[in-house]
Amino acid sequence: MSTTKNLLVGIFDDDHTLIHAVEHIRHDGYKIGEVFTPFPVHGLEHALDLRPTKLHTAGFMFGATGTTFALSFITWISTINYPVNIGGKPFFSLPAWIPITFEMTVLFAAWGMTLSFYYLCKLWPGKVNKIVDPRTTDHLFAMTFDLDGKDEAYIDKVSGLLKSNGAIEIYKKEL
Amino acid sequence: MSHFESPIREPLITGNKTWKDITNDIVVNTTGDIKPLWLISVLISAAVAAFGVFCIGWEVCYGIGTWGANKTVGWAWDITNFVWWIGIGHAGTLISAILLLFRQKWRTGVNRAAEAMTIFAVVCAGLFPVFHMGRVWDAFFIFPYPNTRGPLWTNFDSPLLWDVFAISTYFSVSLLFWYTGLVPDFGTIRDQAKPGTTRWKIYNILSFGWVGEAKHWERWESLSLILAGLSTPLVLSVHTIVSFDFATSVVPGWHTTILPPYFVAGAIFSGFAMVLTLMLVARKVMKLEDYITIAHMESMNKILLLTGSMVGTAYLTELFVAWYSGSIYEQYAFANRALGPLWWSYWIMMSCNLIFPQFFWIKKLRRHIGFTFFISIVVNIGMWFERFVIIVTSLYRDYLPSSWIDYRPTWVEVGLFVGTGGIFMTLFLLFCRFFPVVAIAEVKSILKISGNQGKKQQLEEVKEQKVYENVEINY
Repeated sequence: MSTTKNLLVGIFDDDHTLIHAVEHIRHDGYKIGEVFTPFPVHGLEHALDLRPTKLHTAGFMFGATGTTFALSFITWISTINYPVNIGGKPFFSLPAWIPITFEMTVLFAAWGMTLSFYYLCKLWPGKVNKIVDPRTTDHLFAMTFDLDGKDEAYIDKVSGLLKSNGAIEIYKKEL
Repeated sequence: MSHFESPIREPLITGNKTWKDITNDIVVNTTGDIKPLWLISVLISAAVAAFGVFCIGWEVCYGIGTWGANKTVGWAWDITNFVWWIGIGHAGTLISAILLLFRQKWRTGVNRAAEAMTIFAVVCAGLFPVFHMGRVWDAFFIFPYPNTRGPLWTNFDSPLLWDVFAISTYFSVSLLFWYTGLVPDFGTIRDQAKPGTTRWKIYNILSFGWVGEAKHWERWESLSLILAGLSTPLVLSVHTIVSFDFATSVVPGWHTTILPPYFVAGAIFSGFAMVLTLMLVARKVMKLEDYITIAHMESMNKILLLTGSMVGTAYLTELFVAWYSGSIYEQYAFANRALGPLWWSYWIMMSCNLIFPQFFWIKKLRRHIGFTFFISIVVNIGMWFERFVIIVTSLYRDYLPSSWIDYRPTWVEVGLFVGTGGIFMTLFLLFCRFFPVVAIAEVKSILKISGNQGKKQQLEEVKEQKVYENVEINY
């Protein structure tokens, strides 16, 4: 099931140039396919107008699940299933359960969020992603445009825009 | 986007690096022929680790009686080592989590290796309580699972069970945090290899297919920040809970409310000492002087000074409170620590942890590599003795003088401890050879602001504004 895509790739060598280019090109009404960077570039998500991630909300939900799970499980064990008299302490001894409840909250939140992250990004051990340009994990930045169904005039126009906005290399690639 | 940072702040990356240089400098350590020095080190470490495994086997076959621990001194060498290793495992998460929240950029140079040390140290620490159980094949009894004995569950009111949860959570969350940071850097190493080669395939598996899409980076940053937010209370909770093992007992010398903050400060103290010991060697051998600079060392020395002074204050407070409490048992426990048969261990602790770090008030010494290395070793020793003092000298003379006894470790105990050192070093050396030792992507992201050229440029800009007209700085 390999689908090939025709891409126009613009390569940049500076993060600030890249952000300005993204802003200008989007302002002119052209749709950017994807942007690849070697490190997190702050401000790029605003320039691309990406929807803010909801990962932290997911983290909160996972954490709350952990809290609830730990507290209800320990309560059930210690007061209903098998109450044991420990040094005359009450069966329901909430303060003593706080450490484990806290640890379970952190455990659930961390694992839940991390697994959600890999699920959303579709990354897993052994995944082979198509690499537009191997230099984008090194020192260069790439901006791609989908060329399927586009004519020569479009390519010329976008190439011109890339060039005028500081791209150091522009090429077509089939992936 | 860049924000303003004072140009007189010391650069964190020196040597006029470009992004390309950063990739090359870090990746080069994972390529090329295996160096003889590395091979010899790994073989020695692995041999020591093998001896540790042999000692574990001996203990499992013949029982806990092969250790010097006895009825009076039930926790001895093993729990000392457990607490020591757990303490060492605190620096990594502190550097990567707490310093991330405090926006301390110097963490980027050392966080990767420190986190790796955290994970390896927790592995070593975990061995001690597990093998102290004696019947290690029943170790799974510590988890609450439905069983045919009732089901008789674990005791949720016990600090020892809290420890099980704290340490297993700490280990797994640190591992997640560390690995999520590694994924983009594995992508970088993969792309430096030829596509289709075995090397490319292995690093592609390790990188989970990372390509650095803008959306992925956005999620990655959010994940890192929240994992840091979660790990910050976590790292503080772990040693707090370890201290509860002692503080909730009724043993004189243990039964104190000062223990949680005192243990946490001590853990950070010993963790940073170990980071310094290893990184001062690694930066030299792996030629990372431009990434782990004297400025990094000085920052870590300041933390050593702070936490060392906190620990020292705790020692003195403990002494005062023991006297002030009016409890003769408390008073005896402390008098006996300082002046009893094991007085020398108390004074090693006092001098190594309280006195020696005070030299770091002097800037020249904070920036001296040899002296820092020396102090880092001293602190490692001192912190081992702190746990020895807390455990053995509180136990060997308890309430009943008829059960007073001496404690001597046997070769099995010593072998196990030395063996964990071997395990730790083996894992660390393997990490140095095959993993990116410095967080490549994170260092690249601070290059423009904190690199030495960036600093120079900032200084020019500020000078144009006629604010710092007479400032002259040469990097």
